[in-house]
Amino acid sequence: MKDNYLTHSRGFLSWALTLDHKRIGLMYLVAVLSSFLVAGVMALMIRAEHLAPGAELVDADTYNRLMTLHGAIMVFLFIIPSIPGALGNFVLPIMLGAKDVAFPRLNLASFYLWIIGALIAVGSIAAGGVDGGWTFYTPYSLQDGRVGVIGMTMGVFILGFSSIFTGLNFVVTIHRLRPPGMTWFRMPLFLWGIYATALLQILATPVIGITMLLLIAERVLGIGIFDPALGGDPVLFQHFFWFYSHPAVYIMILPGLAIISELIATFSHKHIFGYSFIAFSSVAIAVFSFLVWGHHMFTSGMSPLAAMIFSALTYSVSIPTAVKIFNWLATMYKGSISFQTPMLYALAFIFLFTIGGLTGIFLGSLSTDVHLHDTYFVVAHFHYVMMGGTVIAMLGGLHYWWPKMTGRMYSEFWGIGCLLVFVGFNLTFFSQFLLGSLGMPRRYHTYAAEYQPIHMTSSIGSFILAAGLFVTLFYLVHSLFKGKLAPANPWGGATLEWHCSSPPPHDNFSVAPTVGDPYDYSDLSYDPQTGGWISKPGAHA
Amino acid sequence: MSDDHGHGHGDPNLAHHWDTMDQQVHAGKFGMWLFLSTEVLLFAGLFCAYCVYRGLHPEVFAEASKVLDWKLGALNTVILLISSFTMAMGVRAAQLGNRSQTSLMLVLTLCGAAGFMIVKGVEYTAKFEHGTIWAGHPGSVTGGYNYVPQTDREFAFPEDAAAAPAEGQEAHSDSKVAALLTASAEPSGIAVPAGAGVGLVPNRAAAPPPEGLAHGDHPRVTTAPKIQNMHIFFGIYFVMTGTHGLHVIIGGIAIVWVLIRNMRGDFTPKYNLPVDLVGLYWHLVDLIWIFLFPLLYLIHAEH
Repeated sequence: MKDNYLTHSRGFLSWALTLDHKRIGLMYLVAVLSSFLVAGVMALMIRAEHLAPGAELVDADTYNRLMTLHGAIMVFLFIIPSIPGALGNFVLPIMLGAKDVAFPRLNLASFYLWIIGALIAVGSIAAGGVDGGWTFYTPYSLQDGRVGVIGMTMGVFILGFSSIFTGLNFVVTIHRLRPPGMTWFRMPLFLWGIYATALLQILATPVIGITMLLLIAERVLGIGIFDPALGGDPVLFQHFFWFYSHPAVYIMILPGLAIISELIATFSHKHIFGYSFIAFSSVAIAVFSFLVWGHHMFTSGMSPLAAMIFSALTYSVSIPTAVKIFNWLATMYKGSISFQTPMLYALAFIFLFTIGGLTGIFLGSLSTDVHLHDTYFVVAHFHYVMMGGTVIAMLGGLHYWWPKMTGRMYSEFWGIGCLLVFVGFNLTFFSQFLLGSLGMPRRYHTYAAEYQPIHMTSSIGSFILAAGLFVTLFYLVHSLFKGKLAPANPWGGATLEWHCSSPPPHDNFSVAPTVGDPYDYSDLSYDPQTGGWISKPGAHA
Repeated sequence: MSDDHGHGHGDPNLAHHWDTMDQQVHAGKFGMWLFLSTEVLLFAGLFCAYCVYRGLHPEVFAEASKVLDWKLGALNTVILLISSFTMAMGVRAAQLGNRSQTSLMLVLTLCGAAGFMIVKGVEYTAKFEHGTIWAGHPGSVTGGYNYVPQTDREFAFPEDAAAAPAEGQEAHSDSKVAALLTASAEPSGIAVPAGAGVGLVPNRAAAPPPEGLAHGDHPRVTTAPKIQNMHIFFGIYFVMTGTHGLHVIIGGIAIVWVLIRNMRGDFTPKYNLPVDLVGLYWHLVDLIWIFLFPLLYLIHAEH
């Protein structure tokens, strides 16, 4: 294999101190997937516990800690940094035809901030753990004996800065390092999605930063801002928390939507339909995301007028989201679709995310929310969006860029792991819609015996889902050693990352690439010899 | 050390992924402005909390604000404004390549930072002495909102607190309270009935004045609290000024860093980006204080 970014320099320090966005992306990938594994095992323990109504596997306190850590690790350590940190870092500069992100040192710093934040957050287990759910609602989180909250919130504060610096880096990179000829509306849609995400990371994350600081000050000093016993307002904490954490939901899903736009176009081998609508819908979602946080507090005490306004604004998010879905469907219409693994994940995404989105309307609606609030319906809804959306999109993106990142092809046959994931996921979480609408409250350690059949279905589904994910992990790792060498353009993509070799050289491009329409596939034809796509003979290079 | 993410342009200050220094400088400034926007949003959370509590307790804010010394606040405002000016002069000198003047201006700015922190320290010390601080602090004399020092903070009503006073800090708090009451009642001519005025747990204030704390020992306590729940204001006050003070310290450290680099001779008229960026940060720290000063010190009607 010729010189590439993996072989360019060797030794531990050449990785630990690297400024290469590709290596940092790879380190992020390992880090976030490890968090996914840890929190995923916790989820399996929770599901195993719910096989039967009593307290068989873990006691109530352990259960509460498991449930809280599962949420906190998944949200703060895994989903928020997953796509931007791992795939974004790797792909974004190459898509721009650039050599690196704007601030490579800051990029490395944000990775280490992630490590430090992760250690402190998970280290809170040593101080007794956190057991009030990942939202740290006051006054419960202020009660005596819950010292773990300090470590966890400190960790979240630091992770927040990691996220801010990643977003800041991406915004400046997209503004300043686009190559000549790549106007805003000739950018791949992945970059539009990452750009909208980065704006949210910059503008929303500082608010969780100050909220966490105030919570720590309340815990340690008793400043009396959130503690009702001191004259503070616990609902203010909820407003502060969700003012970040609702946009954070879009920090999680926008990169997923961005990946799907790439996958649908590439595997339909057809120009994306409604480019500017998809691009603007990302920005519109980012803007709306700041205006809907109140829908988390419909039952916390809110004036009816405010509740109605938040409800209406919440509905309006469905417009830009639907714009994306319909444009993807229109892109596939009369396309020549190849059902390779990334496309399977993209189709799974559309199916699952649509269910997740539509059930959100039930929760955004005031009258039904009062009934469904804090039930398994909410759990199922956000797992359909977060896992069925973001995680599925990330898996799609991972398969899509895997040959580019590692230089190896995985076995397409084992892509059927996707089927296991899809079936297992629906079994796990569709059951929870039923549970929730039957009145099963979320976060409970035990349940009434009549719920057992549905709980059991959900648990069995989660084991199938886990099996699918382990199959995926296995064949991806296997491909590192036994996979055949990847061609430069295995899927027939037209964005710039497919112009450089797999894996890319240290500097990405020795000569700045020619910028064309990122969704023009007419020049490409399949070359059976290399197993990749090449420019048609006679077309310009 | 790290991989050869080297510089192929000959200019050691130009990173390899930029074509020209101009690009790099513009990107650096853009990044800094974005970072400043995150700082603004961080403080926005605090300003928002301020608005909420001022809206809920306007009388508390109007009254408690009198306890702050507006003259010291004004002094700090002047100090920070001057330091912003010297910072701007330092940036200008760096752009002109005048090394010694850059150093001088940076040192003057540092003096401003130090002066600000000293004045702030004087103010904080007075607050702690008088117990005009946030509710959860054991020395707080204004904590009266169902407030019981130290022990269980959940749902303690004044009656319960009076029935079962916490041990330890009690004597200390009582003496502060008594000192405040006696001192405030007479010179200002306002009679404060024992146990009713300051928003304290009833009957704590009835304790006799401690020895050695006669009238007039604390002249400033003539502006002592007369209404309930003043600690709400002081909680906000300490959080806002504390966070701001932290930023002054961080800014000071950043100035020391560019000062060292300047003395080392790192900067030229073409490359002085770090001075510029630290300058931007320092102006923001100044700007935030410009908002804090009136909102905390100047909101009461008369003086």
